[in-house]
Amino acid sequence: MKYVLQLADNAMILGQRLAEWCGHGPILEQDIAITNISLDLIGEARVLYQYAAEIEGGGKTEDDYPYKRDVRDWRNLLLVEQPNGHFGYTIVRQFMFDCYHYFHLKAMADSKDERLAVIAKKTIKEATYHLKYSSEWMIRLGDGTEESRSKMQEALDDRIRFFDEAFIPSKLENDESLKGIAVDCLSIRDAAWTKFTEVCNTATLTIPEVKFPQKGGKDGMHTEHLGFILAELQFLQKSYPNSNW
Amino acid sequence: MQNWPLYEVFIRSKNGLSHKHVGSLHAADADMAITNARDVYTRRKEGVSIWVVESKDIKASNPEDSEALFDPAEDKVYRHPTFYDLPDALEHM
Repeated sequence: MKYVLQLADNAMILGQRLAEWCGHGPILEQDIAITNISLDLIGEARVLYQYAAEIEGGGKTEDDYPYKRDVRDWRNLLLVEQPNGHFGYTIVRQFMFDCYHYFHLKAMADSKDERLAVIAKKTIKEATYHLKYSSEWMIRLGDGTEESRSKMQEALDDRIRFFDEAFIPSKLENDESLKGIAVDCLSIRDAAWTKFTEVCNTATLTIPEVKFPQKGGKDGMHTEHLGFILAELQFLQKSYPNSNW
Repeated sequence: MQNWPLYEVFIRSKNGLSHKHVGSLHAADADMAITNARDVYTRRKEGVSIWVVESKDIKASNPEDSEALFDPAEDKVYRHPTFYDLPDALEHM
């Protein structure tokens, strides 16, 4: 169940982050594009939370996980909780996540857990589009004007340290009981990095060397940003517990 | 972004039907126009195919010519193919 929550939390937090763009997109068309992706991700989070609730039982619902857990119980990657920054930061973050997400779902489609396999097969269509979308923007802005290139490089330099966490197995992912169920994230690293490098090269961006990849999100050790996201996400539930429509 | 050209968007709602004009949007090039159109105009399963064309490439009839162009057809109902029985196999006529 904790593994399912880890997957759901990634989609939930990135979906929430992207939703912050709603009404603030650089142009109307991109505003809609980004919030579409946000809705795709929140949709993915929902089916995963529903599954987690079924596994846990005891009257749990899909809402309990996003609204009633504190920071340390969240298992999402540090990458997805990073602030939107300017559009370049959002695209770089999205592109990194999509590189991971796409190959992760591709592997998850072969999971021994049938439910996860079905979810993966459904979600990968969306993730394929997300990857295409963010790759195109990486190239467009990276190989764009001098200003757009420098902004993309700045974003890449800053965020690259959060990329590898996705491929470093946590204690949970290494657990024997999850063998064949959880995706062996180390095994998708090469494919994801190849795609990542290919697009960065086309975008004429330089991939900085990372000495110390940031990690901890999968174990509940987060950056200070997650608390702020939760404050907003959980406000209603905290101020008016168990309120209903 | 201010000088992105305007594109007209045409969507085929299902196979067998023709593409229909649904609106316009801004994009840096035709590829982006397709992606934007996908996000703006097909979010609710409106289509199976998208065409985009730059608005400036469309030549439109002049409203001032309307009388000469369209009025003469008004009293020629016999030009409608409504006097024939169509076979059931012909859909979408």
